[in-house]
Amino acid sequence: MSGCDRVNAISPAPPASDASRDRGGPAQPLLIARDLRKHFKVQGGGGAFVRAVDGVSFTLFKGETLGIVGESGCGKSTLARLLLHLLRPDSGELVFDGDTVAEMRGISVNALRRQVQMVFQDSYSSLNPRMPVRDTVAFGPFVHGKGKAAARDIARSILSRVGLDPDLFGPRYPHELSGGQKQRVNIARALAIEPRMVILDEAVSALDKSVEAQVLNLLRKLKADFNLTYLFISHDLNVVRYISDRVLVMYLGAVVELGPVDEIFSRPLHPYTRALLGSRPSMNPEQRIEEPPITGDPPSPIDPPSGCRFRTRCPFAEPVCEARVPEPGAWTDRASHVAACHIQVPGSGHSQAVAAATGGNA
Amino acid sequence: MNGSLCGAAPNLVEVEDLTVRFVTREATVHAVNGVTFNVKPGEVLCILGESGSGKSVTLRALMRLLPPRRTEISGMMKVDGQDVLSLDGAGLRRLRGGLVSMIFQEPMTALDPVYTIGRQITETIIRHKGGTHAAARAHALDLLELVKIPSAARRLDNYPHELSGGLRQRAMIAMALSCGPRLLLADEPTTALDATVQIQVLILLRKLRKELGMGTIFVTHDLGVASEIADRIAVMYAGRIVEEGPVADVLANPLHPYTRGLLASTVHGQSRDHDIDAIPGSPPDLRRLPAGCAFAPRCAQASAECRTAVPEERRPAAGRMARCVRIPARAAMTETAAAAV
Repeated sequence: MSGCDRVNAISPAPPASDASRDRGGPAQPLLIARDLRKHFKVQGGGGAFVRAVDGVSFTLFKGETLGIVGESGCGKSTLARLLLHLLRPDSGELVFDGDTVAEMRGISVNALRRQVQMVFQDSYSSLNPRMPVRDTVAFGPFVHGKGKAAARDIARSILSRVGLDPDLFGPRYPHELSGGQKQRVNIARALAIEPRMVILDEAVSALDKSVEAQVLNLLRKLKADFNLTYLFISHDLNVVRYISDRVLVMYLGAVVELGPVDEIFSRPLHPYTRALLGSRPSMNPEQRIEEPPITGDPPSPIDPPSGCRFRTRCPFAEPVCEARVPEPGAWTDRASHVAACHIQVPGSGHSQAVAAATGGNA
Repeated sequence: MNGSLCGAAPNLVEVEDLTVRFVTREATVHAVNGVTFNVKPGEVLCILGESGSGKSVTLRALMRLLPPRRTEISGMMKVDGQDVLSLDGAGLRRLRGGLVSMIFQEPMTALDPVYTIGRQITETIIRHKGGTHAAARAHALDLLELVKIPSAARRLDNYPHELSGGLRQRAMIAMALSCGPRLLLADEPTTALDATVQIQVLILLRKLRKELGMGTIFVTHDLGVASEIADRIAVMYAGRIVEEGPVADVLANPLHPYTRGLLASTVHGQSRDHDIDAIPGSPPDLRRLPAGCAFAPRCAQASAECRTAVPEERRPAAGRMARCVRIPARAAMTETAAAAV
């Protein structure tokens, strides 16, 4: 299969200590996604497909937080579900710490889920309403082989780690908790089986601002305490900027830009990223935004535009954008900053294309 | 429109000591507890607050949209001189959509899915203003063009599900404007929209307000949205307005500890090396409000005085109000008042 595959005699079930769980070594990316694709058939659509995720590749390094931003319908939540095999990718490859997922000689989906957990946006519907929250938290360790008493002990300790008193909140049902408390329970549930990676799918978006700040602080603390790697999905650019080390921008099922967070926010390369950044309210009533950075709504992902998907809303669109799909530039390491835009590719045929010497990426 | 800045202009909206309670067999929810505010013609008042602060209930009370059997409303509400609380069925129907209209957060659930956009707008126009169907339809077309819906003539015959989120919200704004309301109520109209669409709708609303000169009450939880659209801000917490003032002053120099906490906990460009200054705890249960200041249990500066009685309104400067015992009653009043005149 790929060069990153490692044939290894150790059983895929991870031992508890951290050093022995790190199979690939610190330089081996924790997760590699290659050309992931998921198309949904439209009911009664005469064979039309929603191209929710259309060829997404990225690399997630150990110990980092990768933020994924984009508007609704850009495929960021579908991508999260593909990474956990909650949805089966139509094509593409997942490599977790050097092992391919759900393929020959790789690790099974179950082994993946023991190491990757997810926190969802809707804190209420992702908890079992008929179960006290301590049982919800204990359920994961129990299913993964711990005894009932041991699982309960884990639940108690993890609940106190997320800032909930296990004696006070443990016996309660989800409807007896506030939104922030429910989201803390969800985080505890995800951490109870000691995962190495957590996918946070709009995990703070439904919370009030004062509670959102509390949960963000908690997530940062837990990341350090448990040595976690985060994939942080959000539509809120300010939150992503605060919590991420690197940022991936998606538009209509494809990656348009990927780079270190400060690079993306101070020197965005793709016109869509610039528009997204320019659409943030100014927070200063003296300097209001007078002209919208782009007009119109994102087109439907059922029949995305040919060539560059952003060309229908892009102020710099030229014939070459319609003719050819722009490829993101050469991606080498975690400091790389790449954008899928013809302007960033020397000699692409776009009149504003950068000169060959400066290149598109830092 | 400049009249809005002049103190002599009569208020379009006057709300005094509005109290709303929801009574059920199990408990009484104290949703709004003595809210007082005014809106001048052409002015945008933003009511800012978290979920459960009573901001949407205040808005709905102004249009009497709350379920009458379970709701106890007291206080005084006047819109354009009309006492809203004393209106009967026919009077309410004239008020809603005529004098006052409302934009909701979810355009898909607020629009009727089985009628076209054009039909829904023309029906509103004919109901309030009379006239022929053709004239109303022509007016509906003008409205869709006013709110910048592309190929408006074709969109008139679209059903709500055929439009994107941004277009749907524009169609609802067009319907709200169809009878030339003096007062527009907007309940988180951009919260469900994408960032690039949200800023378009905010700019549109700002432009329409300038052209049509209607007063607006805009409810939001987002400080950024408020800073883009508001003239004045009223910050609500547990059913009370805890701070009010011109938008630039409140954001630059918040008086109430809750407003300060809200500003500090809103993520925008903080350094990544430090934790965010979050407000500890969570908002109070509206069934069992604490005596005294409702924010006291979460406030770092709370003293025994805060827990005995609800703090009075203090007005340290012209146009500024905050309910906090730590604010000097009329300290810098004279010089700021002089500057304002």
